[in-house]
Amino acid sequence: MENCSYEKVGLNLEATELRLGLPGSADEHDEKLSSCSYSSSSSSSVVIRSKKRSSPEESIDDEEELKSNKRTMISHHNDDQDKNVPPSKAQVVVGWPPIRSYRKNNGVQQQQQEQKKKGEEVYVKVSMAGAPYLRKIDLNFYNTYQQLLLALENMFNCTFGEYSEREGYNGSEFAPTYEDKDGDWMLVGDVPWNMFISSCKRLRIVKGSEAKGLGCL
Amino acid sequence: MTHSGSSLPDLPNCTSTAAPMSEIRSPPPDRVLEIVLENVLHFLTCRRDRNAASLVCHSWYRAEALTRSDLFIGNCYAVSPHRATSRFRRVRSLTVKGKPRFADFDLLPLNWGAHFSPWGSALADAYPWLEKLHLKRMSLTDDDLNLIARSFPSFKELVLVCCEGFGIPGIAAVAANCRLLRVLDLVESVVEDADEDEEVMDWISCFPDGETHLESLVFECVECPVNFESLERLVARSPYLKKLRLNHYVSIPQLYRLMHRAPQLTHLGTGSFCASDDVAVGDQELDYSSAFAACKSLVCLSGFRDILPDYLPAIYPACANLTSLNLSYADVNADQLKPVILQCHKLQTLWVLDSICDEGLQAVAATCKDLRELRVFPGNTREEVEGPVSEVGLEVISQGCRKLQSILFFCQRMTNAAVIAMSKNCPDLVVFRLCIIGRYRPDPETHEPMDDGFGAIVMNCKKLTRLAVSGLLTDQAFRYIGMYGKLVRTLSVAFAGDSDQGLKYVLEGCPNLQKLEIRDSPFGDAALHSGLHHFYNMRFLWMSTCKLTRQGCQEIARALPHLALEVIDSQEDKADDHIEILYMYRSLDRPRNDAPKCVTILQ
Repeated sequence: MENCSYEKVGLNLEATELRLGLPGSADEHDEKLSSCSYSSSSSSSVVIRSKKRSSPEESIDDEEELKSNKRTMISHHNDDQDKNVPPSKAQVVVGWPPIRSYRKNNGVQQQQQEQKKKGEEVYVKVSMAGAPYLRKIDLNFYNTYQQLLLALENMFNCTFGEYSEREGYNGSEFAPTYEDKDGDWMLVGDVPWNMFISSCKRLRIVKGSEAKGLGCL
Repeated sequence: MTHSGSSLPDLPNCTSTAAPMSEIRSPPPDRVLEIVLENVLHFLTCRRDRNAASLVCHSWYRAEALTRSDLFIGNCYAVSPHRATSRFRRVRSLTVKGKPRFADFDLLPLNWGAHFSPWGSALADAYPWLEKLHLKRMSLTDDDLNLIARSFPSFKELVLVCCEGFGIPGIAAVAANCRLLRVLDLVESVVEDADEDEEVMDWISCFPDGETHLESLVFECVECPVNFESLERLVARSPYLKKLRLNHYVSIPQLYRLMHRAPQLTHLGTGSFCASDDVAVGDQELDYSSAFAACKSLVCLSGFRDILPDYLPAIYPACANLTSLNLSYADVNADQLKPVILQCHKLQTLWVLDSICDEGLQAVAATCKDLRELRVFPGNTREEVEGPVSEVGLEVISQGCRKLQSILFFCQRMTNAAVIAMSKNCPDLVVFRLCIIGRYRPDPETHEPMDDGFGAIVMNCKKLTRLAVSGLLTDQAFRYIGMYGKLVRTLSVAFAGDSDQGLKYVLEGCPNLQKLEIRDSPFGDAALHSGLHHFYNMRFLWMSTCKLTRQGCQEIARALPHLALEVIDSQEDKADDHIEILYMYRSLDRPRNDAPKCVTILQ
């Protein structure tokens, strides 16, 4: 029954695929960014990865950055004729403009985002009942529960419904839960956002029926 | 860097390689001249002069080697530690630089190299009397810092700029063991976070009790909270402390206390410059400007992280004496800047964020007539059409600050006219670095390339030694640089040029070129080949995402055996021969053996 749920919820396996190897060729990657079928209901429904990537100051690791260099090289070879055309927004240019990571990380743009945890990215795993692959998100990227839940809904193509203190996510097909520092599984939304950020170890999207049990306790 | 003093050489702790005591009383004739020479050479401090002296003859070479106390290694892989320590036996101060500058912009693989460890062990053996160590872009571990802390009883000064690989334990080791420490400067370095479970060590309290010798303590980049009580006690017992640069975990009320403890400060880096969360509503606001009034010797202010602009007026008492102001982490607009800058008549160095806009630059130009160095950093690094600063700001600065020597200017738009104006108004320019964030962007008024602007800079600024170019540039720009940039030592190029000819102009025309860094430009093997006559004179050449092939690089390697050509590539077997990164430098020793897999060193 678990397996059938892929089709039921229209789980976009490609979108949740965790790639362990190199990201693959540039074109394929860019295509993915533009054609991912995420809900287009709200303007804030962003593809998490591309949002990160659109900021040229993103510092990425070893192999990925060399890949990006290649991407730039490839695009440069192709664009020799169109040098005057401004580059497309999807293009990522590593190390441009030439600002030290130190200055970028401590810079003005990110100050509000980093008030919480002074410059740290907090990546946590997100699993979903029935999905074979996990995802990872940066909790510090969001400022409110609303933003986080929206992102999760987009990522896993599910809905959480209305949260209430009394009833949790009553009535929805899915509910977000998290494991806290003590190892207990909690319902997302009960504690203040900052407290949640500092205590959340990982997230799990469970079936609404499972979460109902939590809400009743 | 200080020289070894003007008195006769007196070096405790070192066994002289020269004659034993009996001979010193009556030295043989040939030794007399050498002794005289050694005494004279002690006064020679400039390393270029010393290099020249060492080439006169063997005797001068030896004397110079024995008397050089400040050793500068511009590229840690140019010589082996052993070679350096064998030649120079009495070094007290050492500077070593590691990674190429483009590593700062994530263009180099993380584990590329520049490890300090081999230097550390060589130094511990050869120079037990070592006093100063300056490292830039090196990778050093806590073990390395431990070694430094324990190997040099006279150690006085540690300066780490853009380094990484170490953490709090290493810093604590230095604080605890270097009893004569005067300078501990950690600048723009990445300090590893402790594991989550571990308590963050209070390294400040590791300094020994009692009066310290500290003159400079800089830890802006240490990204973890400090124990304020320890810090306050440390400052209170450091009567010689002149430079103090705090990290952003120090709030403004805490800063207030520190400043009253250390009114003798000359250089201050404020912490977060806003109230901490602990301040309860209704707390009496301290008179922060009294702190700035108390520190009558302040000449340099920096920091201002997480600034609440309301607090900026606190620095007014210090403005009249300021020669250096760094607001580049402070999102301050023109109206907030003006009342501050209008009082800074003596300002020589100013670093700001472009949030001050052209209007803010106008205020700077109107007041800071003595300005020598200006850096304008971007608040927004996306490639936009418009930005807060532009050619208007640059032109206004050029008109008001005629003594300008060094400028770094990030903007979204720039015209040739403004750059030409600056070239004429500021003839003293030594460093001109203009970064138009939009790549390949032409002059927005004329739609021409930016060739003429940069051409005017090299033509009119006759003292220019460092140049960084941007915007839409054709080979013509490089023709100008090759023709007029005769003193240029450092050149940075990105997304520029049309063909091999561009690079040829530079390699053939600039005899003083030492550091050349190029990215994403269409220069290939033929262009590289045109520099064969010059590469041994250069510290390094960097070319990434250009049109070089492995074959082309191999030819260079064959022609010049003392050149190390590092080809850095993410894939091993590729269809074509094009390489991603070439990092090339002269080296007296064998190729390094600590390179990661993605690096191939051609020989």
